[in-house]
Amino acid sequence: MASRSGSEAAPSRLGGGADLEIQGVTKRFGDFVAVNDLSLNVPEGAFYALLGASGCGKTTTLRMVAGLERPSAGRIVLGGDDITGLKPYQRPVNTVFQSYALFPHLSIFENVAFGLRRTKSKEVKTKVGEMLDLVQLQDYAQRRPAQLSGGQQQRVALARALINRPRVLLLDEPLGALDLKLRRAMQLELKRIQTEVGITFIHVTHDQEEAMTMADTIAVMNAGVIEQQGTPSDLYGHPRTTFVANFLGQSNLLPGTIRDRTGDEVTAEVHGTKVLASHVTSDVREGDVWVGVRPEKVTLHASGEGHRDGQNRLPEGEVIDVSYVGVSTQYVVRLPFGQKLMVFEQNTGERPPFTVGDRVDLAWLADHTFLLDARQDAHAGADLDDDA
Amino acid sequence: MTAVASRGVRGWLGNHAVLIFGLLVLLYMFTPIFVVVLMSFNDPVGRLGYDFAGFTLYNWKNICEPYQLCESVGNSIKIALLATGLATVLGSLMAYAMVRHYFRGRGTANLMIFLPMASPEIVLGSSLLALFVNANLAGQLGFWTVFVSHVMFCLSFIVITVKARLSGLDPRLEQAAADLYANEWQTFGRVTLPLMMPGIVSAALLSFSLSFDDFIITNLNSGQMITFPMFVWGSAQKGIPMQINVVGTIMFLLALGMVLGGLLLRRIRERPTA
Ligand SMILES: Nc1ncnc2c1ncn2[C@@H]1O[C@H](COP(=O)(O)OP(=O)(O)OP(=O)(O)O)[C@@H](O)[C@H]1O
Ligand SMILES: [Mg+2]
Repeated sequence: MASRSGSEAAPSRLGGGADLEIQGVTKRFGDFVAVNDLSLNVPEGAFYALLGASGCGKTTTLRMVAGLERPSAGRIVLGGDDITGLKPYQRPVNTVFQSYALFPHLSIFENVAFGLRRTKSKEVKTKVGEMLDLVQLQDYAQRRPAQLSGGQQQRVALARALINRPRVLLLDEPLGALDLKLRRAMQLELKRIQTEVGITFIHVTHDQEEAMTMADTIAVMNAGVIEQQGTPSDLYGHPRTTFVANFLGQSNLLPGTIRDRTGDEVTAEVHGTKVLASHVTSDVREGDVWVGVRPEKVTLHASGEGHRDGQNRLPEGEVIDVSYVGVSTQYVVRLPFGQKLMVFEQNTGERPPFTVGDRVDLAWLADHTFLLDARQDAHAGADLDDDA
Repeated sequence: MTAVASRGVRGWLGNHAVLIFGLLVLLYMFTPIFVVVLMSFNDPVGRLGYDFAGFTLYNWKNICEPYQLCESVGNSIKIALLATGLATVLGSLMAYAMVRHYFRGRGTANLMIFLPMASPEIVLGSSLLALFVNANLAGQLGFWTVFVSHVMFCLSFIVITVKARLSGLDPRLEQAAADLYANEWQTFGRVTLPLMMPGIVSAALLSFSLSFDDFIITNLNSGQMITFPMFVWGSAQKGIPMQINVVGTIMFLLALGMVLGGLLLRRIRERPTA
């Protein structure tokens, strides 16, 4: 019976490319929908980051790809083959578990060697040695998992999965327990390994910066669905939902109404002021919109001064809060119609900083303006990104 | 002078109260064992007395002298080993099924497994006897009927002990094994079973001593066969031969050896070598 499974052959059996497609996958736990009709396409060799608030279904999605959870509906396709029904050990996919899941009865060496043991390969010892070198745990090979710190255990979990060189590596917050220095080092290391061996990485993280710096593609997930996916700059510059706008960095969202549209140039009106948005990708065409701009894209000018052509300009703001944070100064400016905007300015020293009570105009480029459907909650996702 | 001294004594007592109390409890618990060990070297007046009359190695050199003593010990060990073996295998598999798999009637099965533990032995023993007699096995009472009965009551203890160990076991470990290409059998052999082992070993030890010790059920179902507890009970009427203490001492030393050996093994295994 043991031989029937064919686990030896599995990892190399699937031919062709290794694009991972998740097609309309839904996962229900009883009445609760953890993942809702989710579709993703991860090209072979991509570094794909899955970003989202706690409980939005990231782990569940990974578990379905790994075969540890069976989708209630939908298909999972790897390199053209439907793997939805395959057992976990038949898939060329390895997971770095959020909880590490190291085998407590085995030494670190045996933990890392676990996936290789099926091949009876003579190189087990050298391979494990190299892997332990990579995660800087060469001196710990004979210890038990319980004798390591959280960060060390996390690195063992990483080594144990990576050593198998799977087609797809699923990383469920693999760097969460590491301190900043080690974390940055491991990020570089991961990125290097990924480009070197061309394994597809699906990387779940809470850390936006980590996702931005490492991933080719980021998918932002919310309540079991993908809100938006794209390159980091695409997502940051052109968020398509208020959730993405607030979850990824911070955004100012002003209520506006579309007045005119030519090609991808849209003119909207915000409380009597015309605002131009260029390179608009969202498909809002008319009616009410949220006019969005990132705090660091806005510059402040003393009231009526510093006019420049082609800039959007909201006049007559009042500085109500100033906080100096080293690299920049963060202002809160209240507009005549009562809304407060965040403005981050670099401390270039070009002019003295404004103080509370100063009258200022706010200016930014049409290119930095994005438009969102006004039917969405302007605060969606705003408080969820503190983990980063 | 005396005040200082008495405060010193009282202070010492205060600091060591827990230790002293613990030693007293241990003394209380071990007194019967000391007596057994001591009596195994007793040279009684008239060979059947309860007083310590003199030191001798005679009992140790002639363990099998009392009629049927060694035969009864042999029977007990044989039954305990076989019953423990079968009950441990069956019980561990049952525990695995009950913790790791969902099936109809799992709750009922969980409850039923408690019943043999909860019912009085005398009831179990007599109903077993009724069962054997009804099955026309009245003439066959002996080794096999006792074996079957022992497997039956040991099973509950084993299932419950192993289940406790298994429910504390993170199922994600088995999932991680599956993720690392181990199929169901390999996962069981390489991850589940080794992690269940401490539970299985303590269950087996418990089962062995329960079976070795059992008197009531055995006495009702053993026919002509004699086990060690039955031998002791029988000879208690006439005066206990000193060799029983020798058997008791050996059993105690064996148990002690196993516990110490287990401890030592764990120490060695968990010692960091790097
Ligand atoms: N076995 C289960 N039974 C019932 N509900 C579950 C189960 N597993 C997960 N859920 C629910 O599904 C939702 C998504 O869980 P999941 O673990 O995928 O979240 P996550 O995005 O990984 O969160 P986190 O960032 O905190 O790890 C949660 O609300 C969770 O309570
Ligand atoms: Mg998770």
